[in-house]
Amino acid sequence: MVLVALAAAAAVHADSPRLLHSERSLYREVLVYQTGDQRCMCFTRNCRVGRQSCMDMKHPDHFELNYTRMMLGALYLKPQPRSVLVIGLGGGTLPRALVRLLPDVSIDSVEIDPAVVRVAEKYFDFSPSERSRVAEQDGRVFVKRAIRERRRYDLIMLDAFDHEYIPEHLLTQEFLREVKSLLAPDGVLAANTFSSSRLYSHESVTYASVFGTFYNLKRENRVIFATNGTLPDLPTIATNSRIHEAKLRTFGIETETLLPLFSTRADWNAKARVLTDQYSPANLLNLE
Amino acid sequence: MHKLAAFGLSRLRMRILLPYLIAGWSGFFVMAVELLGGRLLAPTFGSSIYVWGAIITIFMLALSLGYLAGGRYSMHAPNVRRLGALLLIAAATVVPILLFGEAMLDAVAIAVPDPRFGSLLASLALFGVPTFFSGMISPYAVRLLVHDPRNAGRHAGQLYFVSTFGSAAGTLLTSFYFVLILEVNQILISLLAISAVIGMTAVMQKGDEVQA
Repeated sequence: MVLVALAAAAAVHADSPRLLHSERSLYREVLVYQTGDQRCMCFTRNCRVGRQSCMDMKHPDHFELNYTRMMLGALYLKPQPRSVLVIGLGGGTLPRALVRLLPDVSIDSVEIDPAVVRVAEKYFDFSPSERSRVAEQDGRVFVKRAIRERRRYDLIMLDAFDHEYIPEHLLTQEFLREVKSLLAPDGVLAANTFSSSRLYSHESVTYASVFGTFYNLKRENRVIFATNGTLPDLPTIATNSRIHEAKLRTFGIETETLLPLFSTRADWNAKARVLTDQYSPANLLNLE
Repeated sequence: MHKLAAFGLSRLRMRILLPYLIAGWSGFFVMAVELLGGRLLAPTFGSSIYVWGAIITIFMLALSLGYLAGGRYSMHAPNVRRLGALLLIAAATVVPILLFGEAMLDAVAIAVPDPRFGSLLASLALFGVPTFFSGMISPYAVRLLVHDPRNAGRHAGQLYFVSTFGSAAGTLLTSFYFVLILEVNQILISLLAISAVIGMTAVMQKGDEVQA
Protein backbone atom coordinates (compact mmCIF):
# COMPACT_ATOMS: atom_id res chain seq x y z
CA MET A 1 0.00 0.00 0.00
CA VAL A 2 2.68 2.44 1.06
CA LEU A 3 4.72 1.58 -2.01
CA VAL A 4 1.74 2.16 -4.27
CA ALA A 5 1.12 5.51 -2.61
CA LEU A 6 4.76 6.47 -3.00
CA ALA A 7 4.78 5.45 -6.64
CA ALA A 8 1.62 7.46 -7.21
CA ALA A 9 3.18 10.46 -5.51
CA ALA A 10 6.28 10.12 -7.68
CA ALA A 11 4.13 9.93 -10.81
CA VAL A 12 2.25 13.06 -9.78
CA HIS A 13 5.54 14.75 -9.15
CA ALA A 14 6.86 13.83 -12.58
CA ASP A 15 3.72 15.27 -14.17
CA SER A 16 3.67 18.58 -12.32
CA PRO A 17 5.16 21.44 -14.34
CA ARG A 18 8.82 22.09 -13.78
CA LEU A 19 10.11 25.62 -14.38
CA LEU A 20 13.14 25.35 -16.68
CA HIS A 21 13.67 28.99 -17.41
CA SER A 22 12.31 32.40 -16.52
CA GLU A 23 13.42 35.82 -17.53
CA ARG A 24 11.96 39.27 -17.47
CA SER A 25 12.39 40.65 -20.95
CA LEU A 26 11.76 44.19 -22.15
CA TYR A 27 8.13 43.29 -22.78
CA ARG A 28 7.07 40.49 -20.47
CA GLU A 29 8.10 37.51 -18.45
CA VAL A 30 9.25 34.63 -20.64
CA LEU A 31 8.83 31.27 -18.93
CA VAL A 32 9.60 27.72 -19.98
CA TYR A 33 7.77 24.90 -18.20
CA GLN A 34 8.08 21.19 -18.73
CA THR A 35 5.36 18.71 -17.77
CA GLY A 36 6.42 15.16 -18.49
CA ASP A 37 7.68 15.31 -22.05
CA GLN A 38 5.79 18.45 -22.96
CA ARG A 39 7.70 21.69 -22.87
CA CYS A 40 5.86 25.01 -23.18
CA MET A 41 6.73 28.67 -23.51
CA CYS A 42 4.47 30.95 -21.49
CA PHE A 43 4.21 34.65 -20.92
CA THR A 44 2.28 34.30 -17.66
CA ARG A 45 2.71 32.21 -14.52
CA ASN A 46 -0.70 30.72 -15.17
CA CYS A 47 0.63 28.60 -17.98
CA ARG A 48 -2.58 26.75 -18.73
CA VAL A 49 -4.23 29.75 -20.42
CA GLY A 50 -1.17 31.52 -21.70
CA ARG A 51 0.72 28.82 -23.59
CA GLN A 52 2.50 30.40 -26.52
CA SER A 53 4.22 27.38 -27.91
CA CYS A 54 4.60 23.74 -26.88
CA MET A 55 6.84 20.91 -27.95
CA ASP A 56 6.81 17.19 -27.23
CA MET A 57 10.44 16.44 -26.40
CA LYS A 58 10.11 12.85 -27.66
CA HIS A 59 8.37 13.94 -30.87
CA PRO A 60 9.63 17.43 -31.56
CA ASP A 61 7.87 17.64 -34.94
CA HIS A 62 4.48 16.97 -33.42
CA PHE A 63 2.20 20.01 -33.19
CA GLU A 64 0.97 20.24 -29.60
CA LEU A 65 -1.40 23.17 -29.82
CA ASN A 66 -4.59 23.29 -31.86
CA TYR A 67 -4.03 26.75 -33.20
CA THR A 68 -0.66 25.91 -34.76
CA ARG A 69 -2.32 22.93 -36.46
CA MET A 70 -5.01 25.23 -37.77
CA MET A 71 -2.42 27.72 -39.01
CA LEU A 72 -0.86 25.09 -41.27
CA GLY A 73 -4.26 24.80 -42.95
CA ALA A 74 -2.91 27.76 -44.95
CA LEU A 75 -1.18 25.13 -47.10
CA TYR A 76 -4.62 24.01 -48.31
CA LEU A 77 -4.95 27.42 -49.93
CA LYS A 78 -1.32 27.77 -50.98
CA PRO A 79 0.30 24.32 -51.14
CA GLN A 80 3.75 25.39 -52.34
CA PRO A 81 4.67 28.82 -50.97
CA ARG A 82 8.21 29.74 -51.87
CA SER A 83 8.47 32.78 -49.62
CA VAL A 84 6.89 33.00 -46.17
CA LEU A 85 6.75 35.76 -43.56
CA VAL A 86 6.00 34.75 -39.96
CA ILE A 87 5.10 37.67 -37.65
CA GLY A 88 5.53 36.56 -34.03
CA LEU A 89 8.03 33.75 -33.51
CA GLY A 90 7.01 32.18 -30.19
CA GLY A 91 8.84 28.85 -29.90
CA GLY A 92 9.46 28.84 -33.64
CA THR A 93 7.04 25.96 -34.30
CA LEU A 94 5.74 27.36 -37.60
CA PRO A 95 9.05 28.16 -39.33
CA ARG A 96 10.56 24.91 -38.04
CA ALA A 97 7.73 22.87 -39.57
CA LEU A 98 7.67 24.81 -42.84
CA VAL A 99 11.40 24.24 -43.39
CA ARG A 100 10.84 20.48 -42.94
CA LEU A 101 7.80 20.45 -45.15
CA LEU A 102 8.87 22.62 -48.06
CA PRO A 103 12.39 22.01 -49.34
CA ASP A 104 12.62 25.22 -51.37
CA VAL A 105 10.96 27.61 -48.96
CA SER A 106 12.55 30.84 -47.79
CA ILE A 107 11.23 32.16 -44.46
CA ASP A 108 11.49 35.48 -42.70
CA SER A 109 10.38 35.48 -39.08
CA VAL A 110 9.87 38.73 -37.18
CA GLU A 111 9.89 38.79 -33.39
CA ILE A 112 9.84 41.96 -31.31
CA ASP A 113 11.31 40.38 -28.18
CA PRO A 114 14.98 39.28 -28.36
CA ALA A 115 14.41 37.12 -25.26
CA VAL A 116 11.79 35.06 -27.12
CA VAL A 117 14.27 34.43 -29.95
CA ARG A 118 16.93 33.30 -27.46
CA VAL A 119 14.52 31.01 -25.64
CA ALA A 120 13.23 29.52 -28.92
CA GLU A 121 16.80 28.68 -29.91
CA LYS A 122 17.83 27.30 -26.53
CA TYR A 123 14.72 25.37 -25.47
CA PHE A 124 12.67 24.77 -28.62
CA ASP A 125 15.21 23.53 -31.11
CA PHE A 126 14.76 26.53 -33.35
CA SER A 127 17.81 27.30 -35.43
CA PRO A 128 17.91 30.19 -37.89
CA SER A 129 19.61 29.45 -41.19
CA GLU A 130 20.02 30.91 -44.64
CA ARG A 131 16.54 29.68 -45.51
CA SER A 132 14.96 30.64 -42.20
CA ARG A 133 15.97 34.08 -40.99
CA VAL A 134 14.87 36.00 -37.90
CA ALA A 135 14.56 39.77 -37.54
CA GLU A 136 14.24 41.22 -34.04
CA GLN A 137 11.84 43.98 -34.90
CA ASP A 138 8.30 45.24 -34.59
CA GLY A 139 6.13 43.42 -37.14
CA ARG A 140 4.62 46.55 -38.63
CA VAL A 141 7.99 48.26 -39.04
CA PHE A 142 9.23 45.15 -40.88
CA VAL A 143 6.17 45.09 -43.14
CA LYS A 144 6.48 48.79 -44.04
CA ARG A 145 10.13 48.39 -44.88
CA ALA A 146 9.54 45.22 -46.91
CA ILE A 147 6.92 47.09 -48.97
CA ARG A 148 9.43 49.86 -49.68
CA GLU A 149 11.95 47.23 -50.77
CA ARG A 150 9.27 45.77 -53.06
CA ARG A 151 9.45 42.32 -51.52
CA ARG A 152 6.57 39.87 -51.94
CA TYR A 153 5.51 36.85 -49.91
CA ASP A 154 3.36 33.89 -51.00
CA LEU A 155 2.28 33.30 -47.43
CA ILE A 156 2.17 35.63 -44.42
CA MET A 157 1.44 34.11 -41.01
CA LEU A 158 0.36 36.56 -38.32
CA ASP A 159 0.78 35.07 -34.88
CA ALA A 160 1.50 38.08 -32.70
CA PHE A 161 -1.43 38.15 -30.26
CA ASP A 162 -1.80 36.62 -26.85
CA HIS A 163 -4.52 36.73 -24.24
CA GLU A 164 -2.73 39.32 -22.17
CA TYR A 165 -1.90 41.87 -24.79
CA ILE A 166 -2.70 42.65 -28.42
CA PRO A 167 -0.36 44.91 -30.38
CA GLU A 168 -3.17 47.17 -31.53
CA HIS A 169 -1.32 48.47 -34.57
CA LEU A 170 -1.32 44.92 -35.98
CA LEU A 171 -5.10 44.74 -36.03
CA THR A 172 -6.09 47.79 -38.07
CA GLN A 173 -7.44 48.25 -41.57
CA GLU A 174 -4.30 50.15 -42.59
CA PHE A 175 -2.04 47.33 -41.39
CA LEU A 176 -4.09 44.70 -43.22
CA ARG A 177 -3.89 46.78 -46.39
CA GLU A 178 -0.12 46.89 -45.98
CA VAL A 179 -0.03 43.12 -45.48
CA LYS A 180 -2.20 42.64 -48.56
CA SER A 181 0.14 44.75 -50.66
CA LEU A 182 3.07 42.64 -49.41
CA LEU A 183 1.37 39.45 -50.65
CA ALA A 184 2.24 38.07 -54.07
CA PRO A 185 -0.73 37.66 -56.44
CA ASP A 186 -2.99 34.98 -54.90
CA GLY A 187 -0.83 35.07 -51.77
CA VAL A 188 -2.39 33.98 -48.48
CA LEU A 189 -2.62 35.61 -45.06
CA ALA A 190 -3.08 33.25 -42.11
CA ALA A 191 -3.89 35.02 -38.86
CA ASN A 192 -4.21 33.48 -35.41
CA THR A 193 -6.61 35.60 -33.35
CA PHE A 194 -9.54 35.43 -30.93
CA SER A 195 -12.88 33.70 -31.02
CA SER A 196 -14.58 35.44 -28.14
CA SER A 197 -15.19 38.91 -26.69
CA ARG A 198 -16.56 42.04 -28.29
CA LEU A 199 -13.41 42.22 -30.38
CA TYR A 200 -14.62 39.34 -32.57
CA SER A 201 -17.08 41.45 -34.58
CA HIS A 202 -14.73 44.43 -34.84
CA GLU A 203 -11.92 42.22 -36.07
CA SER A 204 -14.19 40.43 -38.55
CA VAL A 205 -15.51 43.57 -40.21
CA THR A 206 -11.95 44.94 -40.38
CA TYR A 207 -10.71 41.84 -42.23
CA ALA A 208 -13.79 41.85 -44.45
CA SER A 209 -13.22 45.51 -45.35
CA VAL A 210 -9.77 44.67 -46.73
CA PHE A 211 -10.07 41.09 -48.02
CA GLY A 212 -13.79 40.58 -48.66
CA THR A 213 -14.78 36.98 -47.96
CA PHE A 214 -12.32 34.90 -45.94
CA TYR A 215 -12.14 31.49 -44.30
CA ASN A 216 -12.82 31.50 -40.59
CA LEU A 217 -11.74 28.48 -38.54
CA LYS A 218 -12.88 28.37 -34.94
CA ARG A 219 -11.95 26.26 -31.97
CA GLU A 220 -10.66 27.77 -28.74
CA ASN A 221 -8.71 30.12 -31.01
CA ARG A 222 -9.73 31.59 -34.28
CA VAL A 223 -7.70 31.34 -37.47
CA ILE A 224 -8.43 33.49 -40.50
CA PHE A 225 -7.30 32.67 -44.05
CA ALA A 226 -7.58 35.50 -46.55
CA THR A 227 -6.08 35.94 -49.99
CA ASN A 228 -4.80 38.66 -52.25
CA GLY A 229 -6.93 37.41 -55.14
CA THR A 230 -9.81 34.99 -55.40
CA LEU A 231 -10.47 32.78 -52.40
CA PRO A 232 -10.13 29.10 -53.42
CA ASP A 233 -13.47 27.27 -53.08
CA LEU A 234 -14.00 24.33 -50.74
CA PRO A 235 -13.52 21.61 -53.40
CA THR A 236 -10.14 23.14 -54.30
CA ILE A 237 -9.23 23.27 -50.59
CA ALA A 238 -10.19 19.59 -50.25
CA THR A 239 -8.07 18.65 -53.29
CA ASN A 240 -5.10 20.68 -52.03
CA SER A 241 -5.38 19.09 -48.59
CA ARG A 242 -4.08 15.81 -50.00
CA ILE A 243 -0.80 17.30 -51.23
CA HIS A 244 0.97 17.35 -47.87
CA GLU A 245 -1.44 15.01 -46.09
CA ALA A 246 1.03 12.24 -45.18
CA LYS A 247 3.67 14.59 -43.86
CA LEU A 248 1.20 16.75 -41.98
CA ARG A 249 -0.17 13.64 -40.28
CA THR A 250 3.28 13.04 -38.74
CA PHE A 251 2.95 16.56 -37.30
CA GLY A 252 -0.39 15.56 -35.74
CA ILE A 253 -2.43 17.47 -38.30
CA GLU A 254 -5.38 15.45 -39.58
CA THR A 255 -7.19 16.47 -42.73
CA GLU A 256 -10.47 15.06 -41.43
CA THR A 257 -10.28 17.32 -38.36
CA LEU A 258 -9.10 20.43 -40.14
CA LEU A 259 -11.24 20.45 -43.30
CA PRO A 260 -14.64 20.66 -41.58
CA LEU A 261 -13.48 23.80 -39.75
CA PHE A 262 -13.25 25.81 -42.99
CA SER A 263 -16.18 28.21 -43.10
CA THR A 264 -17.02 31.49 -44.81
CA ARG A 265 -20.15 32.13 -42.75
CA ALA A 266 -20.29 35.72 -41.49
CA ASP A 267 -21.30 35.01 -37.88
CA TRP A 268 -20.60 38.48 -36.55
CA ASN A 269 -22.27 41.83 -36.17
CA ALA A 270 -21.68 43.45 -39.57
CA LYS A 271 -22.40 46.89 -38.10
CA ALA A 272 -19.42 46.78 -35.71
CA ARG A 273 -16.95 49.61 -36.09
CA VAL A 274 -13.92 48.91 -38.32
CA LEU A 275 -10.59 49.13 -36.47
CA THR A 276 -8.25 51.74 -37.92
CA ASP A 277 -5.00 53.43 -36.91
CA GLN A 278 -7.25 56.23 -35.64
CA TYR A 279 -9.57 53.88 -33.75
CA SER A 280 -7.93 50.75 -32.37
CA PRO A 281 -8.90 50.05 -28.74
CA ALA A 282 -8.45 46.29 -29.32
CA ASN A 283 -7.29 45.54 -25.79
CA LEU A 284 -10.22 47.42 -24.26
CA LEU A 285 -12.65 45.61 -26.57
CA ASN A 286 -11.05 42.30 -25.62
CA LEU A 287 -11.71 42.82 -21.89
CA GLU A 288 -15.21 41.36 -22.06
CA MET B 1 -17.13 85.69 -19.88
CA HIS B 2 -20.62 86.98 -19.30
CA LYS B 3 -21.72 83.55 -18.24
CA LEU B 4 -18.90 83.29 -15.75
CA ALA B 5 -19.70 86.73 -14.46
CA ALA B 6 -23.27 85.62 -14.02
CA PHE B 7 -22.05 82.91 -11.70
CA GLY B 8 -20.90 85.74 -9.49
CA LEU B 9 -17.19 85.49 -10.11
CA SER B 10 -15.52 88.79 -9.45
CA ARG B 11 -12.57 89.97 -11.46
CA LEU B 12 -10.28 89.15 -8.53
CA ARG B 13 -11.63 85.64 -8.25
CA MET B 14 -11.03 85.10 -11.97
CA ARG B 15 -7.45 86.32 -11.51
CA ILE B 16 -6.85 83.47 -9.09
CA LEU B 17 -9.07 80.90 -10.74
CA LEU B 18 -7.76 81.24 -14.28
CA PRO B 19 -4.08 80.47 -13.57
CA TYR B 20 -5.17 77.32 -11.71
CA LEU B 21 -7.62 76.35 -14.43
CA ILE B 22 -5.07 76.91 -17.18
CA ALA B 23 -2.34 75.00 -15.35
CA GLY B 24 -4.71 72.11 -14.58
CA TRP B 25 -6.02 71.94 -18.13
CA SER B 26 -2.50 72.20 -19.53
CA GLY B 27 -1.49 69.21 -17.42
CA PHE B 28 -4.47 67.28 -18.79
CA PHE B 29 -3.66 68.34 -22.34
CA VAL B 30 0.02 67.37 -22.20
CA MET B 31 -0.63 63.85 -20.95
CA ALA B 32 -3.51 63.23 -23.35
CA VAL B 33 -1.31 64.28 -26.28
CA GLU B 34 1.57 62.15 -24.96
CA LEU B 35 -0.60 59.03 -24.80
CA LEU B 36 -2.02 59.67 -28.25
CA GLY B 37 1.57 60.18 -29.40
CA GLY B 38 2.14 56.47 -28.85
CA ARG B 39 -0.86 55.79 -31.06
CA LEU B 40 0.38 58.11 -33.77
CA LEU B 41 3.88 56.64 -33.86
CA ALA B 42 2.93 52.93 -33.67
CA PRO B 43 1.98 52.43 -37.34
CA THR B 44 5.34 53.76 -38.47
CA PHE B 45 7.74 52.88 -35.65
CA GLY B 46 5.93 50.06 -33.87
CA SER B 47 5.11 49.78 -30.20
CA SER B 48 8.55 48.70 -29.01
CA ILE B 49 9.65 49.94 -25.62
CA TYR B 50 12.07 52.42 -27.20
CA VAL B 51 9.20 54.13 -29.04
CA TRP B 52 7.65 54.98 -25.68
CA GLY B 53 11.14 55.86 -24.44
CA ALA B 54 11.55 58.32 -27.30
CA ILE B 55 8.15 59.92 -26.71
CA ILE B 56 8.65 60.32 -22.96
CA THR B 57 12.18 61.68 -23.47
CA ILE B 58 10.96 64.40 -25.84
CA PHE B 59 8.06 65.36 -23.56
CA MET B 60 10.33 65.61 -20.51
CA LEU B 61 12.97 67.54 -22.43
CA ALA B 62 10.47 69.96 -23.94
CA LEU B 63 8.73 70.48 -20.59
CA SER B 64 12.03 71.14 -18.82
CA LEU B 65 13.04 73.76 -21.38
CA GLY B 66 9.52 75.19 -21.24
CA TYR B 67 9.77 75.60 -17.45
CA LEU B 68 12.98 77.52 -17.94
CA ALA B 69 11.51 79.76 -20.61
CA GLY B 70 8.23 80.25 -18.74
CA GLY B 71 10.07 81.41 -15.65
CA ARG B 72 12.09 83.89 -17.68
CA TYR B 73 9.05 85.14 -19.54
CA SER B 74 7.25 85.82 -16.26
CA MET B 75 9.83 88.50 -15.45
CA HIS B 76 8.37 90.98 -17.92
CA ALA B 77 4.96 92.49 -17.16
CA PRO B 78 3.21 89.19 -16.39
CA ASN B 79 -0.54 89.02 -16.80
CA VAL B 80 -3.25 86.43 -17.24
CA ARG B 81 -3.79 87.40 -20.89
CA ARG B 82 -0.30 86.24 -21.76
CA LEU B 83 -0.87 83.03 -19.82
CA GLY B 84 -3.95 82.45 -21.95
CA ALA B 85 -1.91 83.18 -25.06
CA LEU B 86 0.61 80.48 -24.06
CA LEU B 87 -2.23 77.97 -23.84
CA LEU B 88 -3.50 79.06 -27.27
CA ILE B 89 -0.03 78.74 -28.81
CA ALA B 90 0.43 75.26 -27.29
CA ALA B 91 -2.89 74.24 -28.85
CA ALA B 92 -2.18 75.88 -32.21
CA THR B 93 1.14 74.06 -32.54
CA VAL B 94 -0.72 70.73 -32.30
CA VAL B 95 -2.56 71.54 -35.56
CA PRO B 96 0.41 70.51 -37.78
CA ILE B 97 0.20 67.03 -36.20
CA LEU B 98 -3.34 66.76 -37.52
CA LEU B 99 -2.48 68.09 -40.95
CA PHE B 100 0.97 66.67 -41.72
CA GLY B 101 1.56 64.06 -38.99
CA GLU B 102 1.44 60.99 -41.18
CA ALA B 103 3.53 62.46 -44.01
CA MET B 104 6.09 63.66 -41.46
CA LEU B 105 6.31 60.24 -39.81
CA ASP B 106 6.84 58.46 -43.12
CA ALA B 107 9.50 60.96 -44.16
CA VAL B 108 11.40 60.50 -40.88
CA ALA B 109 11.12 56.69 -41.08
CA ILE B 110 12.69 56.73 -44.54
CA ALA B 111 15.40 59.27 -43.62
CA VAL B 112 16.34 57.54 -40.34
CA PRO B 113 16.26 53.73 -40.68
CA ASP B 114 17.11 53.08 -37.00
CA PRO B 115 13.67 53.02 -35.33
CA ARG B 116 15.07 54.30 -32.03
CA PHE B 117 16.46 57.53 -33.40
CA GLY B 118 13.67 57.66 -35.95
CA SER B 119 11.03 57.70 -33.24
CA LEU B 120 13.06 60.21 -31.23
CA LEU B 121 13.30 62.59 -34.18
CA ALA B 122 9.62 62.07 -35.06
CA SER B 123 8.57 62.80 -31.46
CA LEU B 124 10.67 65.96 -31.50
CA ALA B 125 9.14 67.12 -34.78
CA LEU B 126 5.56 66.38 -33.72
CA PHE B 127 5.46 67.11 -30.00
CA GLY B 128 8.50 69.25 -29.15
CA VAL B 129 6.96 72.68 -29.78
CA PRO B 130 3.50 72.22 -28.19
CA THR B 131 5.04 70.58 -25.14
CA PHE B 132 7.59 73.36 -24.79
CA PHE B 133 4.82 75.99 -24.68
CA SER B 134 2.80 73.84 -22.28
CA GLY B 135 5.84 73.71 -20.01
CA MET B 136 5.98 77.52 -19.91
CA ILE B 137 2.55 77.66 -18.29
CA SER B 138 3.23 76.40 -14.74
CA PRO B 139 6.05 78.78 -13.73
CA TYR B 140 4.22 81.66 -15.39
CA ALA B 141 1.05 80.83 -13.46
CA VAL B 142 3.00 80.70 -10.19
CA ARG B 143 4.18 84.23 -10.86
CA LEU B 144 0.59 85.43 -11.30
CA LEU B 145 -0.51 83.85 -8.02
CA VAL B 146 2.34 84.91 -5.75
CA HIS B 147 2.07 88.41 -4.31
CA ASP B 148 3.83 87.75 -1.04
CA PRO B 149 7.04 85.66 -0.89
CA ARG B 150 5.78 84.08 2.38
CA ASN B 151 2.98 82.42 0.40
CA ALA B 152 5.16 81.44 -2.55
CA GLY B 153 5.64 77.83 -1.48
CA ARG B 154 1.96 77.33 -0.75
CA HIS B 155 0.89 78.71 -4.12
CA ALA B 156 3.55 76.72 -5.95
CA GLY B 157 2.42 73.59 -4.12
CA GLN B 158 -1.22 74.18 -4.97
CA LEU B 159 -0.33 74.85 -8.57
CA TYR B 160 1.75 71.67 -8.86
CA PHE B 161 -1.20 69.84 -7.33
CA VAL B 162 -3.67 71.18 -9.86
CA SER B 163 -1.34 70.69 -12.79
CA THR B 164 -0.29 67.15 -11.92
CA PHE B 165 -3.82 66.19 -10.93
CA GLY B 166 -4.87 67.39 -14.38
CA SER B 167 -2.16 65.19 -15.88
CA ALA B 168 -3.47 62.18 -13.97
CA ALA B 169 -7.01 62.86 -15.16
CA GLY B 170 -5.86 63.34 -18.75
CA THR B 171 -3.95 60.07 -18.67
CA LEU B 172 -6.79 58.05 -17.18
CA LEU B 173 -9.64 59.43 -19.24
CA THR B 174 -7.72 59.21 -22.52
CA SER B 175 -6.45 55.67 -22.09
CA PHE B 176 -9.55 54.18 -20.45
CA TYR B 177 -12.38 55.92 -22.25
CA PHE B 178 -11.64 58.44 -25.01
CA VAL B 179 -9.87 55.92 -27.28
CA LEU B 180 -12.88 53.62 -26.98
CA ILE B 181 -15.29 56.28 -28.24
CA LEU B 182 -13.33 58.61 -30.51
CA GLU B 183 -10.66 58.51 -33.18
CA VAL B 184 -7.23 59.85 -32.28
CA ASN B 185 -7.69 63.01 -34.36
CA GLN B 186 -11.17 63.60 -32.93
CA ILE B 187 -9.71 63.50 -29.42
CA LEU B 188 -6.97 65.95 -30.44
CA ILE B 189 -9.53 68.33 -31.98
CA SER B 190 -11.65 68.18 -28.80
CA LEU B 191 -8.58 69.00 -26.71
CA LEU B 192 -7.78 71.94 -28.99
CA ALA B 193 -11.33 73.24 -28.71
CA ILE B 194 -11.22 73.21 -24.91
CA SER B 195 -7.80 74.91 -24.92
CA ALA B 196 -9.23 77.55 -27.27
CA VAL B 197 -12.18 78.29 -24.98
CA ILE B 198 -10.06 78.52 -21.82
CA GLY B 199 -7.27 80.43 -23.57
CA MET B 200 -9.67 82.96 -25.13
CA THR B 201 -11.36 83.51 -21.76
CA ALA B 202 -7.99 84.45 -20.30
CA VAL B 203 -6.95 86.57 -23.26
CA MET B 204 -10.16 88.60 -23.00
CA GLN B 205 -9.57 89.50 -19.35
CA LYS B 206 -9.26 93.19 -18.73
CA GLY B 207 -7.20 94.78 -16.03
CA ASP B 208 -3.81 95.78 -14.84
CA GLU B 209 -0.56 93.95 -14.95
CA VAL B 210 0.47 92.08 -11.82
CA GLN B 211 2.57 94.37 -9.65
CA ALA B 212 6.20 93.45 -9.37
